[in-house]
Amino acid sequence: MKLLKALALAATAIAVVTGGASGAEDRKYARDVSYSFEGPFGTFDKGQLQRGYKVYKEVCANCHAMKLVSFRNLAEEGGPGFTAEQVKALAATFTMKDGPGEDGEMFDRPGFPSDRFPSPFPNEPAARTANGGALPPDLSLITKARVGWVGTFNQLFNGIGGPEYVYSVLTGYEEPSEELKKEQPEGKNYNPYFVSGHWIGMAPPLSDGQVTFDDGAPNTVDAMAQDVSAFLAWAAEPKMEERKRLGFMTMIYLAVLALLLYLVKKKIWADQH
Amino acid sequence: MSGHSNYQPKSAFGKWMHERLPIMELVQGQLLDFPTPKNLNYWWTFGGILTVMLAVQLVTGIVLAMHYTPHVDMAFDSIEHIMRNVNYGWLLRYLHFNGGSMFFVAVYIHIFRGMYYGSYKAPREVLWMIGVLIYLVMMVTAFMGYVLPWGQMSFWGAKVITNLFSAIPFVGEAVTTWLWGGYSVDNPTLQRFFSLHYLLPFVLAALVGLHIWALHVPGNSNPTGVSVKSSQDTLPFHPYYTMKDSFAIVVFLLVYAAFVFFSPNYLGEPINYTEANPLVTPAHIVPEWYYLPFYAILRAIPDKLGGVVAMFGSILILFVLPWLDTSRVRSGSYRPIFRQFFWVFVIVCIGLGYLGSKPPEGAYVIWARILTAYYFIHFLVILPLIGLLESPRPLPSSISDAVLAGKKPMAPAE
Repeated sequence: MKLLKALALAATAIAVVTGGASGAEDRKYARDVSYSFEGPFGTFDKGQLQRGYKVYKEVCANCHAMKLVSFRNLAEEGGPGFTAEQVKALAATFTMKDGPGEDGEMFDRPGFPSDRFPSPFPNEPAARTANGGALPPDLSLITKARVGWVGTFNQLFNGIGGPEYVYSVLTGYEEPSEELKKEQPEGKNYNPYFVSGHWIGMAPPLSDGQVTFDDGAPNTVDAMAQDVSAFLAWAAEPKMEERKRLGFMTMIYLAVLALLLYLVKKKIWADQH
Repeated sequence: MSGHSNYQPKSAFGKWMHERLPIMELVQGQLLDFPTPKNLNYWWTFGGILTVMLAVQLVTGIVLAMHYTPHVDMAFDSIEHIMRNVNYGWLLRYLHFNGGSMFFVAVYIHIFRGMYYGSYKAPREVLWMIGVLIYLVMMVTAFMGYVLPWGQMSFWGAKVITNLFSAIPFVGEAVTTWLWGGYSVDNPTLQRFFSLHYLLPFVLAALVGLHIWALHVPGNSNPTGVSVKSSQDTLPFHPYYTMKDSFAIVVFLLVYAAFVFFSPNYLGEPINYTEANPLVTPAHIVPEWYYLPFYAILRAIPDKLGGVVAMFGSILILFVLPWLDTSRVRSGSYRPIFRQFFWVFVIVCIGLGYLGSKPPEGAYVIWARILTAYYFIHFLVILPLIGLLESPRPLPSSISDAVLAGKKPMAPAE
């Protein structure tokens, strides 16, 4: 295998020399957060999801839609754990446009649990006009659509860092250097964690003490960012707990089946070796 | 396809049936009693694994199609409807999505096994060529399936790949328009891709039938590459290989389940969770991992038409592999020079895959060119030459001799 070794060595040497070629972007990778839902047995922290929903409702929802999530989802298993009554009352606080009714006109009615979260803007141009040309993305899948860090093996073991990305953007606003300030676009803010090049249309959305939690949990920017990113992780993957539970049972079943099949195979083949 | 059995119907019904449709004779001769070399190692279990994966993809796909809407305005939301509202919809979709990747994992191992042990050599050339055809149809099917969720990478991937056909001289533009069903990737494209994504797996199933038929005429190859000489060399497929295959299949399913349940989105592109937007081009357009080596070859050639020709050529060259390898010894275990070049080739393919995932700039392009050149040199120069120059190690006189001598041929892992 001399040839093989020589080739491997050459490839390694060249990889080392050329490795830095494309790593020179100034985007910062997300800071790691220790969430309760990480790992094969991790589950959502119901209190955290409820707090996160409150942050979303009072802050994010002013600009960001979540059109894939319904109020009823908030009461479903593996979620924030609101009761059906709470969700009913919560949905009723929103006004929904419905219709056309019998007279052919659209009308307003209180929200039902089956309604989707209402969107803040009727359409994309309206959203852009209200936000200086930038489009606030829908947050239903944001933690699955954004990566916090890169690397084939890094992502295999640590996930793509989607919730960490949201957390890092929310807490990562910085004062740009004098040099950067010169190229600061009108109405943009400096955020080195932002996915498309450190100038972000969104002004720092959170400030300490902005949202008051019923459970008296801390409401610093950092704590709120963790809560709302956890909530968004649930919204993007609402069946995560069911998936891991079923997965655990499936793995045990398959492992036992594999062992039995191995023993059967060994016994059948015993006279052949 | 009869033979290998002395099937005698036992019941009156069995006798009645046998005179009208001798299907039980086929089952017994081809599935139960079929003489199979006694020295097949676990690399030979991937045929069975692939059959199971095709069945999994068919079943999950048919149920998913009951809930999916092939329309540009509704496709993305209908996938999320499956994920959120359909009972166990998340499971079906994750099984189907990861099943595609696992299908390719298995097919790549299966192909490399065939290459290492020379399974493509006479009298199995047709078997091999049907296999290459299956691989081609698999790639087309998977590509169309990836477009269906209508995410950003679905859309832009479809655009890049279909645009390749515009490189064809004179008729390129017309062909692309014909493929799209319009002047851009749009609703007609999505609808025809859905239709074909549903059709092609059944074509695959038919090709698999032919593949197995072509396998059962000469019988299995084996790690020594020495042909079966007497019944001493073989065992009935059942229960020996039904049990060995079953064990391997369940171990494979364990790996599959680990992805489905604990890392279901790892093998996908996160940006595909953003709905397709023809006005916003993603920073890096990359295909699914199983296309990456060919994507690297495509981009390695500075000329568009040249790149397309090289990419298709890199697959089509597999059709003539049986005639490019001049060695009469089948198994790589007895070919010391070939074996080294085989592993170099595997590394080159993996290297091309890595380069396919990188932006086409700087050293990546240079490396992609070197490895692309090597890919073709392997088939066109190295294989024909070493077949003539190398002196193979002595072959065992028969399979049973090799087994009895305890000199089990080296597994590819060595």
